[in-house]
Amino acid sequence: MPRIVVASGKGGTGKTTIATSLALSLDSSRTLLIDCDVEAPNAHLFLQPRLERREEVGMLIPEVDAPRCTACGRCAEVCAYHAVVVIGKRVLVLPQLCHGCGSCAYNCPEQAIRERLDVMGVLEAGPTPSGVCFARGMMQVGEAMASPIIRQLKRWAGDGTSACRQAAQAGLHPDASSDGQPIVILDAPPGVSCPVVETLRGADFALLVTEPTPFGLHDLRLMVDVTRELHIPAGIVINRDGVGDGQVEAYCAAVDLPVLLRIPLERSIGEGIARGEPLVAIRPAYVASFQQLYACVESILMETER
Amino acid sequence: MSRVKQLVILSGKGGTGKTSVTAAFAHLAVGSQPNGLRAVLVDADVDAANLELVLAPERLEMHEFVGGDVAVIDAERCTACGVCVEACRFEALAAPADDRPPQVDPVACEGCAACVYRCPNQAISMQPQLAGHWFRSTTGYGPLIHAALRPGQQNSGKLVTLVKQQARLLALDESYPLLLVDGPPGIGCPVISAAAGADLVLIVTEPTTAGIHDLARVLQTSRHFKLPTLVCVNKADLYPAGTATIKTYCQQEQVELVGCIPFDTVVTQAMVAGVPVTAYADGPVTQALRQVWARVKGSLGLPGA
Repeated sequence: MPRIVVASGKGGTGKTTIATSLALSLDSSRTLLIDCDVEAPNAHLFLQPRLERREEVGMLIPEVDAPRCTACGRCAEVCAYHAVVVIGKRVLVLPQLCHGCGSCAYNCPEQAIRERLDVMGVLEAGPTPSGVCFARGMMQVGEAMASPIIRQLKRWAGDGTSACRQAAQAGLHPDASSDGQPIVILDAPPGVSCPVVETLRGADFALLVTEPTPFGLHDLRLMVDVTRELHIPAGIVINRDGVGDGQVEAYCAAVDLPVLLRIPLERSIGEGIARGEPLVAIRPAYVASFQQLYACVESILMETER
Repeated sequence: MSRVKQLVILSGKGGTGKTSVTAAFAHLAVGSQPNGLRAVLVDADVDAANLELVLAPERLEMHEFVGGDVAVIDAERCTACGVCVEACRFEALAAPADDRPPQVDPVACEGCAACVYRCPNQAISMQPQLAGHWFRSTTGYGPLIHAALRPGQQNSGKLVTLVKQQARLLALDESYPLLLVDGPPGIGCPVISAAAGADLVLIVTEPTTAGIHDLARVLQTSRHFKLPTLVCVNKADLYPAGTATIKTYCQQEQVELVGCIPFDTVVTQAMVAGVPVTAYADGPVTQALRQVWARVKGSLGLPGA
């Protein structure tokens, strides 16, 4: 089951454009797209899914049973995030700082701490008119931590697919032929820190989208460092080709990263995407390009396995 | 000067032009008055810091940033009982194969120490981890406080807070009236840290379906924290219908739209040249940015407005 993450250090390089058009170019009956940008998800705008499944998602946070609590301060002492503070005889929990590790509850000598689910967002999934299966997470406004939502989204999305489509289930069956294996495309958030790493964990391939500008190059370098640290093979998509300079191309050659696709800077493409149309709807000729790209990814994966 | 004002540039969606706008403001603040309006410049996008690429900074200081701790297992004491693997809620410990100690995935480890408390053999300790660096630099437009989080690290919000604190101290020490903060994309932890204590948030959006969707998310976030907010549209002529939608949306939400910046490849040319676009060419983009800056400065109650 190839899991391909579409990522880029810099925002706005075209991750969602590439992820959605790649999904729309492959065998839709076995393709699942997971939008892991839970802070600013946009893939649904291009895929128009019917979100049939919905589940609240959150983190276990402590709740203090006041009569039992002796305000000994052990919970505050063990909390690595200063999310529990003792003020006089009262224990105050700061949910925004809590990472849900459970150490306070475990260490409380009076068993005065229980954990309850603090809702941070929702997970949603369903089919799209194209047949591609879709899942996303949506973090609530004002919440700080995207990673726990992404972690649970990735786990949940598998169930979401098999429930919404039999084909995926067949593909997950150990006896299924490799041709029928589900393809999972994960649209990553921008940046190079924890939410991106959470998206990349367990991925087979990273498709790094960049633009040929100094900002694009700077952030691509960081992204390449992350994929190398995680031992995930990577390939490059250069978007808005022709806009800046030749530095990105030179860098890719120097570090031996294959450029798998180039999309030129064209106003009509930009306008279509602005309207919310997938790239392959604006320029159907790109379907073949994305199929070729996927074939390259498959052969790189086969080589890596060997 | 009574106190330091903070202007924070946000966008929700990445790549709408936050850094280009921030760099232009840095240039306009200094260049638009006889003695200039002195500002401390802050790059609060510690994941992918780009402001330095257009401000030609000269680095004066470099400091280490120690983020969270990471679990380290003492192989001598470990009996491979697997209790720690079960204790970890972040899937950072892989189940021991045969009798060997579990492997710690330092990238997944959140530094909570839950494993340390559960280990029956006291075989696990927490060790601090170098998570990045922060820098104090000087540029032609004022001091710049910026940082580089090591790729794949946690605690970007904590580093953003540190960078802002350092910038604030510098501003107080040397009586700068303004912190000009280039924020990260998204609406989560680093954005909340970047926006904390802002006197004004300027959202740079673009007239695309995705840009508009994320404008709503980031506006809700700034409202959640009760921060005064303005909006400007970048690449406004790329999709006029989208710009019209943003105008209507801003009216409905009663948030002031302070300008529309046209799409022009001169912005990329300036980036390649490594200078703010307003210092590169005096065309329609620069004219529009001047107007936006005048409105922003007025809202902040800064002199020369």
